[in-house]
Amino acid sequence: MNYLHSIGAYILMIIELFRKPTKWSVMKKLIIKDIDDLIIGSLGIVAFISFFVGGVVTIQTALNMDNPLIPKSLIGFATRQSVILEFAPTFISIIMAGKVGSFITSSIGTMRVTEQIDALEVMGINALNYLVFPKLVALMLYPFVISISMFLGILGGLAACAFGNFATVNDYITGLQDDFIPYHIIYAFIKTIGFAFFLATIPSYHGFYMKGGALDVGKASTVSFVWTSVAIITLNFILTQILLS
Amino acid sequence: MIEVKDLHKSFGDVHILKGISTTFEKGKTNLIIGQSGSGKTVFLKCLLGLFNYEEGSISYEGRIFSKLSDEQKRDLRSEIGMVFQGSALFDSMTIVENVKFPLRMFTKLSESEMDDRANFVLKRVNLENAHNKLPSEASGGMQKRVAIARAIVNRPKYLFCDEPNSGLDPKTAIVIDNLIQEITDEYNITTVINTHDMNSVMEIGEKIVFLKDGLKAWEGSNETIFKTNNEVVTDFVYSSELFKKVRKMYIEENV
Repeated sequence: MNYLHSIGAYILMIIELFRKPTKWSVMKKLIIKDIDDLIIGSLGIVAFISFFVGGVVTIQTALNMDNPLIPKSLIGFATRQSVILEFAPTFISIIMAGKVGSFITSSIGTMRVTEQIDALEVMGINALNYLVFPKLVALMLYPFVISISMFLGILGGLAACAFGNFATVNDYITGLQDDFIPYHIIYAFIKTIGFAFFLATIPSYHGFYMKGGALDVGKASTVSFVWTSVAIITLNFILTQILLS
Repeated sequence: MIEVKDLHKSFGDVHILKGISTTFEKGKTNLIIGQSGSGKTVFLKCLLGLFNYEEGSISYEGRIFSKLSDEQKRDLRSEIGMVFQGSALFDSMTIVENVKFPLRMFTKLSESEMDDRANFVLKRVNLENAHNKLPSEASGGMQKRVAIARAIVNRPKYLFCDEPNSGLDPKTAIVIDNLIQEITDEYNITTVINTHDMNSVMEIGEKIVFLKDGLKAWEGSNETIFKTNNEVVTDFVYSSELFKKVRKMYIEENV
């Protein structure tokens, strides 16, 4: 029953999010601040992880290819497919659920604990629109982060290939171009938009409706990470089934 | 004037407010007092519309809160200033930005007009030199004064304060009490203060509503509270050793 109640409250929160909009002059500044906090602020960690995991994917693929009949270009092909289809959109989203999600839950949760949300509501401001809507808009730029992750993942693979002598750069690039299906990029971005929606709203829900004190803010952040990850993985399964099968 | 009639509020099976009726008068500092757990905060949050109530009515100058449309509620809320127990200042904004916030949200004033208004109220609460500090850099007393400045910057008709003296030393607490009293007189507004600080009661309690177990146990002023024979009130008022001694001295002097 608790789960049903939470799902119902989450849906009502989404509806409420779009009611009584905040003045555009104020909202504009909030969106820019959230783009800086959530998107620009995540680029560093996303770039670092993408580059090195891309490299690791390449090394693992190369080490497991001991049949001399398999062309070396398959390393580039496997890296591209892994990075574009799953690693960049899904794996990075799970990391973002930890970084961005816990930031959103703890910042909104702290506002709840310190009565700042009550202060907004007393003033007649739709606190959900004021706090959550700019985050949702900011995270609609999330595909931009994922495209950087895709690029750096593949670049990391190239670097690993070149420096580890697993294949020539030409073989790797040939592999990248083999059987390229542009729809896979569209599929990845569609998934990313869905994940971005969850990344903005699930942590906000856990922060906004939390009860208790400072300790509970930490607990809410953990719970929000778990549920955001569950939602992302589930949506990933559903969308992959719908869009690729 | 705010008129409350037969207000009931429950959380699940727990009945918190059990039918409170009272009025809060314009131009006066109205105090809600009572022990912890007596329902003061729930009552205040019902008055502010933060909690829905099951029965009864709250009327702001004839406007019954529960019957107002969303638009009317928003208009009414723009007439309300609130000082929260923990000040509830926005951490990410400087002091002056906190004060300008209601103006930015609800008025079409230019930046310079907002600056003028914010400077005026910050001066009014004796904080003219703290504009660019963050709330975390201000002391508890300063934060309370900023909260008062933010509450009055949009010239409210109603000012609500939830335990404005909690966590403050006695001297600063008196400064805050006097400031609230002066603002109430100056702007002729309806002020409702939730407190259990007996010093506040003595200083500014022009009208006092005493709550016990979700019911109004007594109503009066700072002049009558020390003369009442209501046992519930005297138990509360003379619970501290200091007040017991004051009472003993008062009785001895008069005998």
